Amino acid sequence: MPEKLPVIRLAHITKRYGGVVALRDVEFSVLLGEVHGLVGENGSGKSTLVKIATGVVQPEEGEIFIEGQKISRLTPYLAFKRGIHVVHQDLSLFPNLSVAENIFAHEYIERNRSFVVWQDMERRALEVLGRLGVELDPREIVGRLSFADQQLVAICRAIASSAKLIILDEPTSSLTFREVQRLFGFIRELKAQGIAFVFISHRLDEVLEISDVVTVLRDGVNIGTFPKGELTKARLSFLMTGREITTESLVADLPEAREILRVERLTRRGEYADVSFTLHQGEILGLIGPRGSGRTEVALTIFGLRPPDSGKIFLEGKEVVFRSNRDAIRHGIGYVPENRLLQGLVLDQPVADNITVTILGELVSRFGFLHPSRKIAVAERAIRDFGIKAPAADAPVRSLSGGNQQKVVLSRWILTAPKILILDTPTHGVDVAAKESIYEMALGLARERGISILFISDEEHEVLKVCHRILVMREGRIVREYRPSEVTEEALRQEIVG
Amino acid sequence: MLGRVARSTEVYLVGVLLVLSVVLFLLNPKFATLENIFDVLRNNSFLGIVALGELVVLISGGIDVSFTAIATVAQYVMGVLITRYAVESVFLAFLIPIPIGIALGAFNAFLVNRTRVHPVIITISNLNVFYGLLMVISKGKWIYGFPAPFRDFARLKVLTLVSEKGVDYGLSIFTVVWFLIAVVTWLILQYLPIGRKVYALGGNSEAARRAGFDIFRIQLFVYCYIGFLSGLAGFVHAELNQMIQPNAIVGRELDVLAAAILGGASVFGGAGSPLGVVLGVLFIAFVKNGLILMKASAYWHQVIMGFIIVLAATLSAYQQNLERKRRKGV
Repeated sequence: MPEKLPVIRLAHITKRYGGVVALRDVEFSVLLGEVHGLVGENGSGKSTLVKIATGVVQPEEGEIFIEGQKISRLTPYLAFKRGIHVVHQDLSLFPNLSVAENIFAHEYIERNRSFVVWQDMERRALEVLGRLGVELDPREIVGRLSFADQQLVAICRAIASSAKLIILDEPTSSLTFREVQRLFGFIRELKAQGIAFVFISHRLDEVLEISDVVTVLRDGVNIGTFPKGELTKARLSFLMTGREITTESLVADLPEAREILRVERLTRRGEYADVSFTLHQGEILGLIGPRGSGRTEVALTIFGLRPPDSGKIFLEGKEVVFRSNRDAIRHGIGYVPENRLLQGLVLDQPVADNITVTILGELVSRFGFLHPSRKIAVAERAIRDFGIKAPAADAPVRSLSGGNQQKVVLSRWILTAPKILILDTPTHGVDVAAKESIYEMALGLARERGISILFISDEEHEVLKVCHRILVMREGRIVREYRPSEVTEEALRQEIVG
Repeated sequence: MLGRVARSTEVYLVGVLLVLSVVLFLLNPKFATLENIFDVLRNNSFLGIVALGELVVLISGGIDVSFTAIATVAQYVMGVLITRYAVESVFLAFLIPIPIGIALGAFNAFLVNRTRVHPVIITISNLNVFYGLLMVISKGKWIYGFPAPFRDFARLKVLTLVSEKGVDYGLSIFTVVWFLIAVVTWLILQYLPIGRKVYALGGNSEAARRAGFDIFRIQLFVYCYIGFLSGLAGFVHAELNQMIQPNAIVGRELDVLAAAILGGASVFGGAGSPLGVVLGVLFIAFVKNGLILMKASAYWHQVIMGFIIVLAATLSAYQQNLERKRRKGV
């Protein structure tokens, strides 16, 4: 095999923000036609590294080489011209424009004085789509495509401006299992055509599946770049966190406990069918399945938001019918939504306000005014009890890390003293250490407060670790029930894919 | 290429317009005479022209409510100059309000870009600044008695017919100007990079920034474009009325916004087409004309207009909801 040339080489890069060192003497290079995994916890320096590679920020020390040529000052425009592209998590597409126009939008800058020739643009879009073997109508409006297809449009856009390196930032976090496999197919295809990728993800399985080599960052330092063959998932976790993360089950068998929730033959057309299960006091029940399997829809029905077409819900043996989520909350059901940032928190408001928003009614004095001191007291207790790392109760939630923001959402529900807590993919997009603390929190709630938890997830190792029982959902139905001791991670994955 | 949403809005509007016309015809056969239609088209050319400017601003994700003040200031300056210096050339008169409109539009764009305050706030403030200053300086005085060529120009028709009673009527030059501007606006939006960038900015401003578009230049273009059309419309308005009152135009912002939204422009940006906006203006014009023919009181006009705006906004929100649901279902 001939010697491969690095598309980009970052040498001895150091970057500080204020007094904080984001990157320290980091060496990073990506070879032509290589898929390079980049992993690290939040705050490990991944995004700073990407920003330096694309000219968005300048390093204090170190050198940047693109295709062997030293670049004295890399700007975003220069990076773009030299073929370094990023596909951001939000894709940065224009939802109101066509596929073809999104692919060639960058040309509007350079061809400012000419007319737009639609036929020409559509023909060239077909060529680019054809290179990937993607069947999309170049005239389709991008906002009408699925997220997975939109992502392909973003990748095509990079290819159309002759990308040599495409940096994919958390590309799989919103994809179903099949869509991830399809994306990997395209990555392999483009890799064969000589395009290099940097693949950034929290999902270590996927990193190991697609990457040729993996670079691990921890606290701004490059821990090392390893060929895939030398790595396992456990080893990767260890390298990222510096501590051993166990994959063994954290829960003890649940003694006979009384039934809290029972659903019987719950059906909602087009979403799920014939769903029956029970949840006991202090139990953590895992509900695992790919996106679109109906898991979130079932949870929302139990939370009173999507009335079932048929079937019954029993709370502590008594049948209940919820007209709204207010009914559900009154009956002691709490729901922590999947996207904490979008649905849960007011980021610019103080931690204390965000924690106490669910129990404002209890903090009001006889005359209907809010007791600020009582609010702070309650919030401070919650911060202590749940181990939220916040500078102060009146600091804005924005200033907290992702994992701690998630804890704020959790704590506000716990303050309502729920009997049942539904956690919808609570560890989505948070790093390994934050995941661990969320597991501990869930376990503590079940064990010490006797709260029953419905734990929705799409990660096999996680349900094996924290749940007493696991329900597997696929295409709107519950297809299997396991105890963690009965099944391996691999077997569980097979069951989910079907 | 304007998107199926926009296209379906237009088809839908044509249908509504046809139904409305039939209803108005049945209520009063006079409605469907060519004479009446030409009259409506002439009288609404002011509204039609500024609505096209508003469309471009709305597509970019902005909004301008100061255009009525811009049109007023532009036409007032023109009025003062042509009466004081007895300007005989209509073409020269026509050239006065346009640079004024563009300059005031540029001022809007500058403030919107630099302060990052929502354009609704900026342009409401500027509406009051422009209009207030004009009132202070002019003391609200009316201008009339324009030079003869300026008066004659208002009667210019592209097509002249004679009614049974022997009265001349026809397609006014101002209607032609309105439709011409609709076509030009369409060409700009559809075939010039700047037009496509306007759509892109309205669709996703962050993506536009990341793609390296010069955001200020796009904003400058859209606010100057509506400023230009406001100046031009100020000229048309002065011609139609043969009189300039400082308080004649201000207060009609809602009609224009209603026409644009009715025509498929989104207040969230990224959507809308000139054809839709022309149809939206026609819809509002027909309704008003119908009310006049039925001799309904002016207060009913307000009630009906308010109702139409609520209906249009609700329909467009409903459509967007459907769209979102459809997308989730994929």
